[in-house]
Amino acid sequence: MIRTLIQACALLLLGATLPAHAELKVLATTADWGSLTKELGGDKVNVYVATNALQDVHQVDAKPSLVARARTADLVVANGGDLEIGWLPVLVQESGNAKIKPGSPGYFEATSAVRLLDVPTAVDRSMGDIHPLGNPHIQLDPHNVAAVAKALSARLASIDAANAQYYQARAADFLGRWQQAITRWEAQAAPLKGMTVVAIHTDQRYLCHWLGLNQVATIEPKPGVPPSAGYLLELVTRLSANKPKLILRNAYNDAKAADSLSQKIGVPVVVLPFSVGGTPEAKDLFGLFDDTINRLLAAGK
Amino acid sequence: MGKVPFHLSLAACAAALLPSVTRAASDAEVAALRAEIARVKAEYAERISKLEAMADQLQMSGDTGATAAVDASLAATAPAAPTVAEAGAVPPAEPTAASAQAQNSASAFNPAISLILAGNYANLSNNPDDYAIQGFMPAGDETGPGDRSFNLGESEITIAASIDPYFMGSLTAAISAENEIGVEEAFFRTTALPLGFTIKGGQFFSSIGYLNEMHAHNWDFIDQPLVYQAFFGNQMAVQGLQVKWIAPLDLLLELGVESGNGDYYPGTRLDRNGLNGINAYGHVGGDIGDSIAWRSGLSYVYLDAEDYQFDDTNAAGDVATNAFSGTTKTWIVDAELKWTAQGDPNRRYLKLQGEYMHRSQDGQLGYLDSVASLDGSYSSDQSGWYVQGVYRFLPRWRFGARYDSLDSGDPKIGLVQQGILAPDDFALLMPGTPSRTSLMFDWNPSEFSRLRAQYSWDDASIGPTDEQFFLQYIYSLGAHGAHKF
Repeated sequence: MIRTLIQACALLLLGATLPAHAELKVLATTADWGSLTKELGGDKVNVYVATNALQDVHQVDAKPSLVARARTADLVVANGGDLEIGWLPVLVQESGNAKIKPGSPGYFEATSAVRLLDVPTAVDRSMGDIHPLGNPHIQLDPHNVAAVAKALSARLASIDAANAQYYQARAADFLGRWQQAITRWEAQAAPLKGMTVVAIHTDQRYLCHWLGLNQVATIEPKPGVPPSAGYLLELVTRLSANKPKLILRNAYNDAKAADSLSQKIGVPVVVLPFSVGGTPEAKDLFGLFDDTINRLLAAGK
Repeated sequence: MGKVPFHLSLAACAAALLPSVTRAASDAEVAALRAEIARVKAEYAERISKLEAMADQLQMSGDTGATAAVDASLAATAPAAPTVAEAGAVPPAEPTAASAQAQNSASAFNPAISLILAGNYANLSNNPDDYAIQGFMPAGDETGPGDRSFNLGESEITIAASIDPYFMGSLTAAISAENEIGVEEAFFRTTALPLGFTIKGGQFFSSIGYLNEMHAHNWDFIDQPLVYQAFFGNQMAVQGLQVKWIAPLDLLLELGVESGNGDYYPGTRLDRNGLNGINAYGHVGGDIGDSIAWRSGLSYVYLDAEDYQFDDTNAAGDVATNAFSGTTKTWIVDAELKWTAQGDPNRRYLKLQGEYMHRSQDGQLGYLDSVASLDGSYSSDQSGWYVQGVYRFLPRWRFGARYDSLDSGDPKIGLVQQGILAPDDFALLMPGTPSRTSLMFDWNPSEFSRLRAQYSWDDASIGPTDEQFFLQYIYSLGAHGAHKF
């Protein structure tokens, strides 16, 4: 009896002195949001990124390794806007991890912090693989990144309250540097305004919106639908008469379609990183925008 | 220690603890308050940043009226604690942007609905009525190559949604060309259990092996491997419960047990209350580099049958009805490996998979024809396996090959061993080594449609090879599906 009591006392004392928190485990769906989480979370977070910049995040397998990562995650940082609809719901469901259910504090969607462009008024699959919630490829507008950073740092602080001040300080530091960088990028990119471009998919929408690029066509006739020979011919005819300045291709896109259009209409292709890791220079979010603008400026000369 | 009076010891313990308890209590209170303040701060910071983001966006789109409204709701957020819904009530800057937020009717709770349409054209060199997997008890209507000519496949409707914060529910009903509606799966699943546990109940495809859980529209061939047809009548749908646990590791380790009423081949319902049989499985999986994902598993199925009846032909060529009562124990080993170019399955991938099964059956086999009703012992050791590979060589094109092999062993039938009946009184159970080779080619215009051609050389039955040619379509409509690996 006495021994039990003493043991209980000892256990209570021991329990009180144990560290309250280990580092927060984060599963980020894309390299961009993984990179942002690292910026904001520093050494308090352990980030695993589910995809790389050479993958099309629309269609990724719900691999066993990802189920395992979802199981141990304290927080999922997703892009949202249905971008990961083909695989993330399976991961959350299969993981048996109640912390990361949509709607819980452990589930964060970047798109929740911004307004999506191109929300369709009517949806039908005959229009291709359209996103009913709007265009989800928000990361190429740095103002969106800033908005997501604010929301994400607040989320980190709310689920890891013990380190709230740390996250707030890091967010303030990041946003300060980010704002300066935006000013720099906007000054650098001023000559690009109004430049006519052709994209492959509609995933350059936010970049065009931000820099004022004029996207005159997409190589995909409809989102997610590869071009037919007839459509390409029509595109060549249309664009030969009214040549755009550049063809934009993302690192993850197959080179063929863009290259063949480039040859036919004599317009150069510029390969953009699209995501952190897409090019050797795009090591982090700053690198992503530095490199995107440098490549656009170099190719647009 | 025993010499010290109890109350003294208690007092000592209390004295030792008391200061630290009071201090800990006040510290704990302060810490709790701090944490609460931090939480509230963080919550507001998130709300405010959302509203700021909206204001930014609205300003960009130049709608000052809406911006003012956001500013107003931003101001309103600060003193009291109004709901975020106010932000949703902001007049839309662009009519399109509002539609995502303005859902506020009963339909908002409608479950996700998806529909699969499938059908095929079959050209079979042998009469499908004579099809049987030699050496194995017939395992139900779902097996075999199906009928000749044009066939409407099963139209599959899935309706699924969260039920409340603790459960989700899902129904998959199959409507057959014979105007019958069958329940493929109808289950609830927990969504809020701690420690990586999930409980599923109702009717569901068992998680044993690899292919068992997969719905027909996700198969890489038009039909299931022979081993699944012979051992589980295509696939096992358990009516019962499943408990699954995933280990908190960087490698996938998943363990599960299932049990139910046993009313699925090779089991039957039993004349008693309680459970019949148990399924246990474990899966492990992970990555090798960026390009290779793998999974492997071991499963065990124990099921009892009482009077499982099937028709056979006796030596005279007449129909005889056999009935098996006894235990079936099955082991399954499965392995899958998928290579993708740069980890992107959209371009090129190669998926290899194989499963091996072994079962032993022990019990009684009854025999009934127009003259005799007899009963004797029955035992068998049977095995089978398949390997298959599917290669996506262009973004929309896939090619696949599969080889099936079964070994019925030499079933020991008591009535034959005692010399009461002849071996060919059990025509279907006479030893056999069925095999089949299949080639598949499919075209996927989008992720929602698939058109497939398949050619099989099927030696499951006695007699000449059944050469089977199929054309198949599979379309998925409605809610975007998400599939397991």
